[in-house]
Amino acid sequence: MNEIMNNQSSTAAALRDNAQVAEALGRSYSAGFITEIEMTGLPPGLDEDTIRALSAVKHEPEWMTEWRLEAYRHWLTMPKPDWAKLNIDPIDYQAISYYAAPKKQPKSLDEVDPALLETYEKLGVPLHERAALAGVAVDAVFDSVSVGTTFRKQLADAGVLFCSMSEAIREYPELVQKYLGSVVPTGDNFFAALNSAVFSDGSFVFIPKGVRCPMELSTYFRINAQNTGQFERTLIVAEEGAHVSYLEGCTAPKRDENQLHAAVVELVALEKAQIKYSTVQNWYPGDENGVGGIYNFVTKRGDCRGDDSKICWTQVETGSAITWKYPSVVLRGDRSVGEFYSVALTHHFQQADTGTKMVHLGKDTKSKIVSKGISAGKSSNSYRGLVKMEKGAERARNYTQCDSLLIGKKCGAHTFPYMEVKNPTAIVEHEATTSKISDEQMFYCRSRGIGEEDAVSMIVDGFCKQVFRELPMEFAVEAKKLLEVSLEGAVG
Amino acid sequence: MLKIENLHARVEGKEILKGLSLSVNAGEVHAIMGPNGAGKSTLGNVLSGREGYEVTAGSVTYNGIDLLALSPEARAAAGVFLALQYPVEIPGVNNTYFLRAALNAQRKTRGEKELDSMQFLKLVREKLKVMQISDELLHRAVNEGFSGGEKKRNEIFQMAVLEPQLAILDETDSGLDIDALKQVAQGVNTLRSPDRAFLMITHYQRLLDYVVPDFVHVLANGRIVESGDKSLALKLEEHGYAGLGAGAAA
Repeated sequence: MNEIMNNQSSTAAALRDNAQVAEALGRSYSAGFITEIEMTGLPPGLDEDTIRALSAVKHEPEWMTEWRLEAYRHWLTMPKPDWAKLNIDPIDYQAISYYAAPKKQPKSLDEVDPALLETYEKLGVPLHERAALAGVAVDAVFDSVSVGTTFRKQLADAGVLFCSMSEAIREYPELVQKYLGSVVPTGDNFFAALNSAVFSDGSFVFIPKGVRCPMELSTYFRINAQNTGQFERTLIVAEEGAHVSYLEGCTAPKRDENQLHAAVVELVALEKAQIKYSTVQNWYPGDENGVGGIYNFVTKRGDCRGDDSKICWTQVETGSAITWKYPSVVLRGDRSVGEFYSVALTHHFQQADTGTKMVHLGKDTKSKIVSKGISAGKSSNSYRGLVKMEKGAERARNYTQCDSLLIGKKCGAHTFPYMEVKNPTAIVEHEATTSKISDEQMFYCRSRGIGEEDAVSMIVDGFCKQVFRELPMEFAVEAKKLLEVSLEGAVG
Repeated sequence: MLKIENLHARVEGKEILKGLSLSVNAGEVHAIMGPNGAGKSTLGNVLSGREGYEVTAGSVTYNGIDLLALSPEARAAAGVFLALQYPVEIPGVNNTYFLRAALNAQRKTRGEKELDSMQFLKLVREKLKVMQISDELLHRAVNEGFSGGEKKRNEIFQMAVLEPQLAILDETDSGLDIDALKQVAQGVNTLRSPDRAFLMITHYQRLLDYVVPDFVHVLANGRIVESGDKSLALKLEEHGYAGLGAGAAA
């Protein structure tokens, strides 16, 4: 374990009190607008009646209601996790509304409220298929419900099921029952239990045997309503030999109070299946004084259930006031492969405690972890990772690379790698570095004509290259822009 | 083009330049020589605007404007280039990408049209050919894992692409073997032109065998103590700085 606080002075102090910087900070979160739309929902509060009401409003079958209630009862017995390197104000779970949805529920994309279409248009995710990104199907989740899913017909023709979780529970109950909770059990952890009790919407993806999904699938999560938590639940199943690449994006309006986002994502890869899951997380991070922002408590886990299967997580985390997230892979099948590529950027008062778990059960399983943490302002950024080689993991291998970059002198970077090796033939490698943007690098760029902010973005971009390479093209461009915006005013 | 008058500068509270004056006209090559600690590198850093170098008196006029009032990036756009003694590594940032960003940032500041990738690549190819540098440098990250010689050659290559009006070479010859030195010198000679001036800061006369300067100045104890033509450098080689009465003060 190593823990490094950066106390040395860093780049250019000249801009520190510059009015321009203050201005840049003010406009740096472009997704912070609020959509005015007539909403319906449940009043704040949480008890068994809330869960029954939620289940009823979603027309869920009895087994689903019972599943939720069981999770809720379990949740009540669980202590809050406090092991992460995070300062979290107590969350009042009775003050949160667990369901908020636009009043008009569209039957198809053509009926979606224009205010919603405009919202997604502004966020760069047009829902009209003719305007949509070529080759990307989108499921748009607004507060607690999915408001539309594009390209469904084309996907259905290929045998791919892509719809909201609510719909899947109604339309494909046997698949949902078979896989839901099979990777992240209801009692897995405090936030997963809460999610299991109150989850509202999310995406369901099913790729049948031998099918390569003909386009990228994506879900765009938007929190809009006040005092609302978003509890997304996503399930992706790739049958034998199936391939799929899935992307998710997230934003929320600027609000002074913290909002809770507690998601669960489960991936199941059967024999020779491959799932690539990419996230660009840009929840509202709070303002420069640490007021507001999303609490992002997420449980993401993939199960390489079949031999020769592969699951790859790529995440770019720039948003949220607090991020608590460890996308993991259980390497059950022999020769299965798990990968985790992460860029986590924190600025101002943001806190991130993120990393991964690679649990090797099968023979000749391989995992690779590349984590890049960037801290600026007064933020705190921790990598926490577990590599576990169980008894049966003959010749299993892990490679972990964990780099931190510090900008300024008041931020912190921390690395907490855990390893448990129970098989003597397994090999675990770990490399870690901590660096900062040096005065020399800044001067070098500037002496060539590149301004301060551009120089910082360029150096940060170079630092993240290994991860950006793993993102689908459009997202890599998006991620780069996002880092630039998130770092505005970080110099000095 | 460049007029330095009575320049005083401090680094970490210590006065290094103590009334330095120097005039450079377009087309001229000036060599600045001097003993360790005389203020040679400080001069280069002050001219390119590095932080931590505090000017306490004097002026620097460049093409009629007050150079000291400009930020480092504005100086670059105005045509001032500093080849660093120790070029810096920027991991993960492609050399070509870096250079294009630099050139376009300068062009933008000057109100010129930015070059697209195709135009830029064409320019880079031309320069590689003229400078006789292999294109292998282009595909690597900025100075990352470069040998000392490669780093210096990369500086000269950047200079060729950015086409500055005033090029300051800070000990570009140091640490080079004779082949690398010749290559760097040849690069500089290729770039000599009637509207470009060079300020070559060097320790040894060796470089001047290959790049023949119009003027040689001896910098000692923060001031120019003697100026002359190339023969001054030879005299220095023979007698050392002490022989000129300059070394003692430093």
